[in-house]
Amino acid sequence: MLLAVLSGFILCALAPWLTRSLGDRAGWLLAILPAGLFAYFLGWIPEVIETGAVTLQYPWIPGLDINLSFLVDGLSLLFALLISGIGTFIIIYAGGYLHGDPYLPRFYAIMFAFTAAMLGVVLSDNLLTLFVFWELTSITSYLLIGYHHEDKEARWCALQGLFVTVAGGLALLAGLLMLAVAAGGEYTLSGILASDGLQEYPFYTAMVLAILAGTFTKSAQVPFHFWLPNAMAAPTPVSAFLHSATMVKAGVYLMARLNPALGGTELWFYMLGIFGAVTMFTGSFMALRSTGIKAMLAYSTIMALGTLTMLIGIGTEAAIVAAMAFLLAHALYKAALFMLAGVLDHETGTKDITRMGGLRRAMPITFVTACVAALSLAGLPPLFGFIAKELMFEATLHGGALTTFTTVLALLSAIMIMAVAAIFALRPFIGARTETPKSPHEGPLSMLIGPVVLAALSLVFGVAAFIPEAALLQAAVTAVHGRPVDFHLYLWHGVNVPLLLSAIAIVIGLLAFRFWDAVLAGFRRMPFIDRLGPERGYERLMDGLVWLAEWQTRVLQNGYMSNYIITLVLTTVALTGWTLFVHTGTAIPLGDINVRIYEWFTVGLILAGALFATITGSRLTAVAALGMAGFGVALVFVEFSAPDLGTTQIMVETLTVILLVLVLYRLPAFVNFSSPGTRLRDALIAASFGGLMTLLILVVHDINVAEPISDQLVQWSYPEGHGRNIVNVILVDFRALDTLGEIFVVGLAAIGVYAMIQLRAEDRRQ
Amino acid sequence: MEPVMAVVVGILFAASIYMMLRRSIVKLVIGLILLSNAANLLIFTIGGMVRGLPPLIAEGDKLPAGGWADPLPQALILTAIVISFGVLAFAVVLIHRAYEVVQEDDLNKMRSTDT
Repeated sequence: MLLAVLSGFILCALAPWLTRSLGDRAGWLLAILPAGLFAYFLGWIPEVIETGAVTLQYPWIPGLDINLSFLVDGLSLLFALLISGIGTFIIIYAGGYLHGDPYLPRFYAIMFAFTAAMLGVVLSDNLLTLFVFWELTSITSYLLIGYHHEDKEARWCALQGLFVTVAGGLALLAGLLMLAVAAGGEYTLSGILASDGLQEYPFYTAMVLAILAGTFTKSAQVPFHFWLPNAMAAPTPVSAFLHSATMVKAGVYLMARLNPALGGTELWFYMLGIFGAVTMFTGSFMALRSTGIKAMLAYSTIMALGTLTMLIGIGTEAAIVAAMAFLLAHALYKAALFMLAGVLDHETGTKDITRMGGLRRAMPITFVTACVAALSLAGLPPLFGFIAKELMFEATLHGGALTTFTTVLALLSAIMIMAVAAIFALRPFIGARTETPKSPHEGPLSMLIGPVVLAALSLVFGVAAFIPEAALLQAAVTAVHGRPVDFHLYLWHGVNVPLLLSAIAIVIGLLAFRFWDAVLAGFRRMPFIDRLGPERGYERLMDGLVWLAEWQTRVLQNGYMSNYIITLVLTTVALTGWTLFVHTGTAIPLGDINVRIYEWFTVGLILAGALFATITGSRLTAVAALGMAGFGVALVFVEFSAPDLGTTQIMVETLTVILLVLVLYRLPAFVNFSSPGTRLRDALIAASFGGLMTLLILVVHDINVAEPISDQLVQWSYPEGHGRNIVNVILVDFRALDTLGEIFVVGLAAIGVYAMIQLRAEDRRQ
Repeated sequence: MEPVMAVVVGILFAASIYMMLRRSIVKLVIGLILLSNAANLLIFTIGGMVRGLPPLIAEGDKLPAGGWADPLPQALILTAIVISFGVLAFAVVLIHRAYEVVQEDDLNKMRSTDT
């Protein structure tokens, strides 16, 4: 299992090389990996049906108790199969779609990393690894959406997707941590699902809202849905993959996964039910308004995501069954439709569906496949989409407090999606042949195999619904609902309310298709809808962030040296001063003064040197005064038992004076640049800092946080270090690495000085 | 002695900050030198000041006779003195180089990276 999840990352490193050496056929060869994974996950089905759920553990960071543990049950297996199965066709498809693209090697590399991350999300048992994989999908999808990185628009769209999903990811992290705390420090999903009483956790509301912030942004729920249509900037194979089985489904996966643990409360019911239903409606409405073939499909994905969220929220047995069936149906038809949209775009050279027409002769296979897949989207028999839609109506009709609300929105959505499906399947193919930028012909095998197989599966699963039911959906529903549910999928449910609703949707939807031009014209007369979206809010927020960053850079990083120092000094004084005040109050211990008479002389020497250096107007005087202060410091060292320091200080001080005299002599004389007001301000700032340091010394003197280690060093000095000068032993033995670092610093400084002097010599030669 | 040294260190810090806030580039260097002296004395004072007990071991003994001054701050300060001299040498040459290139010793006029 570990290898299965991580193999994508391994192939990610090899893919560019393979693609370069294999050329056009790389897609077929690389597809072996996801195909193999698909077969591997198929092999898990019998065990999952028998035992329900299997967990596997591999230690990862044992010290932190983080395991790479995997949870294989019906839900994760359903997702893993969709990811690897559809992934196989996407990889093959990309070889045809991006034929001859110079970035194809890079594309495959990111694609495999993305697939692996997605598998990691749906199979992880540990919350933290789940989160890591979750963020990895955000990052890799950012790279995929921004694939045409030389296009500014694509970069912007990719960044928007990244910001929205990563912002949600942060909230999700908080939510997951709360979840782990609520479950008593349990970080595994299997453990959390087994623990009760999460609903009674005091921060239940905050926890659910944080987790939903993550899943709603990821799964493009209103009001965060705007990033998904923009993600169409990606090449079509990526869109097909992102929309059908991965990325946006990650949010749905997590909600479904946590449904047994968190669901069953009013908060969960209303949040998911209302937001899901509104998203469903918004998605279908926007789909009907679009003319771009990919935009249409992108909005219909939002519809599907909303439906899934709503069904999980309703949470009855029927709703969960409907959700899982809908998930499968949607993945199958959406991947097929997106790939077909890519074929149309690729072969005709336009994405605008109103500019296509009469293509059925030129592209017969595409036409038939599009019809089958669109029938599933529309929810017509005998496709699997029909079963899913009937189940959805069944669920909304028993939707508790939200029955009317969800049923009405579901019916409206079904009508609009019916029209969208008809437009997609018929508009480009029937009617008079229109001129397209490229002369159209059938797509290559690599681009048609995926849609054909997936559309065929939609049909087979519709006619023989017991296959997916027995193989997967039973186990998946058990996982999402928390206990087994007895259900059977049939194409024909008899004449009942859902069937009636379907019929209404089909009739009105077909009417809308018939008069689509009029409908579109009607939408065009309502331009205010474009200005309504929450995308405006996103733009405002981003502009605001940039403005804030500019403002604070202008204020803090204004290029004035003194400004930086003042900021640093005042911040230090304020924070340290405050801490000092809180810690000791105003009672500052004065300690024992005990100064000998000649020591006063040394003190005077230092102070006089420092003051002269500060106030003098002559450079030489300043250097001499500095030297005076420096030698005073050396005297202090000598007097107070530090002979080594004394000698070093005297040598360094001598060198400093020589250096300063040599160099300063070449610099201009002192000029007073600042006004008396500025000088007074600076003096006050400097005095506050000096005062703080004085107080610090007085206070710190009485504080012993830990036992000093010096005594130990003294005792080791001779027996262990074989040295009689303890300071030297410390420097070259106990703290030898420190001294090595010091030597490096001095060496670097010497090289720098030498380089600059050389530079000057070169200048002169020129 | 410590209270007196505390005041001395405070004055040294104040003088160094004041000098570093000046616009003349040479005064900045003087401020830097004062700052390193102030910091060294700060560590030295906090480490405790004792007279006449250098941490040296006489021939034949295993410990300094009659007690010792804390050797650890001394070791740290020794490192600091040498490093600050290295930094100072670099800074002085850098400043000199900067002056040569831009012919300006007013820090407020050296505000952008392009010259």
